[in-house]
Amino acid sequence: MTSGARDRVESVALPVVGVAVVLAAFEIAPRVGVLPRSSFPPFSEIFATLTDLVTTAALWEAVLDTLDAWARALVIATVIAVPLGLAIGSNQVGALLSRLTIDFLRPIPSVALIPILVLIYGTRPSLKVALGIFGATFPLLFQAMYGVADVDPVAKDTARAFGMGWWTRLRRIVLPSCAPYLATGLRISASVALILVVTGEYIVGVPGLGAEVLVAYSSGAFDRMYALIVVAGVLGLVVNLGFHAVERRVLAWHPSHRVDEGGAG
Amino acid sequence: MTRSWLGRLVLQLVLPVALVALWWQTSENSTSFFYPPLSSIVEKLQEDWLFEQVGSDLMPSLGRFTVGYLIAAAAGIALGTLIGLAPRVRRAGQPVIEFLRSIPPPLLLPFVLVVVGIGNASKITLIAVGSVWPVLLNTIDGVRGVDPQMLDMARSFGVGRRTQITRVILPAASPKIAVGMRTSLSVALILMVISEMQASTNGLGFKVLSAQRSFDSAGTYAGVIVIGVVGLVVNLGFLVAEGWIMRWHRGARGLLEDTDRRPARGLRTRLRDLATAPPADARAGETTGVM
Repeated sequence: MTSGARDRVESVALPVVGVAVVLAAFEIAPRVGVLPRSSFPPFSEIFATLTDLVTTAALWEAVLDTLDAWARALVIATVIAVPLGLAIGSNQVGALLSRLTIDFLRPIPSVALIPILVLIYGTRPSLKVALGIFGATFPLLFQAMYGVADVDPVAKDTARAFGMGWWTRLRRIVLPSCAPYLATGLRISASVALILVVTGEYIVGVPGLGAEVLVAYSSGAFDRMYALIVVAGVLGLVVNLGFHAVERRVLAWHPSHRVDEGGAG
Repeated sequence: MTRSWLGRLVLQLVLPVALVALWWQTSENSTSFFYPPLSSIVEKLQEDWLFEQVGSDLMPSLGRFTVGYLIAAAAGIALGTLIGLAPRVRRAGQPVIEFLRSIPPPLLLPFVLVVVGIGNASKITLIAVGSVWPVLLNTIDGVRGVDPQMLDMARSFGVGRRTQITRVILPAASPKIAVGMRTSLSVALILMVISEMQASTNGLGFKVLSAQRSFDSAGTYAGVIVIGVVGLVVNLGFLVAEGWIMRWHRGARGLLEDTDRRPARGLRTRLRDLATAPPADARAGETTGVM
């Protein structure tokens, strides 16, 4: 039992120690000149700015702007990618027809589209939504394709032998069996969409969290800049952990999650 | 497996060819500023990128990309092995790593600009810092997942720690590491472009953004196409290299599908496999996001 107790203490203490060490490093490094003090304030100063920042309406407006575009991008990407992925993945001809097109489009760094999007949208919010859609579509598309290809053929044939129509088969066989793939795709896409929305804001200056960082950077308010970057990191963490938690909850019935020990992914 | 590989290849070519033809056709008489004729984009492509700006912009971009990516890969594998082998360090470091990798990497750009400056060093730093996470996390995962029996065996044969790492642990973790390196590749490309969009005087990202700023829409499209081709070539190159380096592994443990089981010998075999086999990253890429 003692080893169990020690384990429990360690599982709480070690992460705390880890965080403390890193924070201390970021406090000391600028003070002793390892990081330039003028461009990287000690952590305590960044933290003070951060606590001021979270009481301002401007920050929350920016966060809402960002989340709004993120949610739109994610929903639209899902509506495009899931049906398309299921359709392509469920027959060999579809998979072959689309293979090269997808393989060509996927490695295009999504941010390369920014200049074209600026030509089209200027600095309107549609720019970041479009960027988010492009990035978020691919992970979901692939997960849907592989999910549907992985459906147990016996289950499919059995359903067909029992005279189920395609809609019933989709609802009762295909979707439940693809669910873990789709959930994974959704989680990746959610992170990717957030990154791209913030990137669009930062590079182009579309209002939102990224644009706030840009303004802080170009006006030399570095403590504010770092505080905003921390906020963006927290947002990314919340999105990732949130989707993880929902995934585990909603898919608790699925074999792939029943044995899940919760090892961090 | 019903069709010959030639038949499958032809089937794969139909849609891309049709799409390009459609683009050519619909844009030919377009006077819209946002939708320039494909013919003028191709013209611009030849004018700018064959080969006038190859030396002045493409090469610097690729150079920074290569250096930054290699630093990320080396650091990720080294740190990942250390962390993966030390359970306490891993538990202590996990929250910090989770947080740092949650920061949208492009937001690290202002950080490197103010701390490192605006030269090549800052661009390389951005690429390295931003793309290290997938390699790092996958290496940790891979090292943790090494079959304990293999380690016990090595130990009982009196194999030293260093040899254990180079001969047992790293080879066993290498498929995971390869997955991480492939994800990092995409991130590094994105950061290469991003780093050149601000405070830069050359490079692909710089060129494409300045074309947009001077309202040269054909030039903008041409630049984006060049970046797309670079992405494609770099990814293909990675797959070929991976297939060659990992050829000892393919099918060695019976984990792979039929199409993958035959050893990929030359470039041609490898490319043919690419055209017929399912991409390997179906579920593998899931530990970390690909942008």
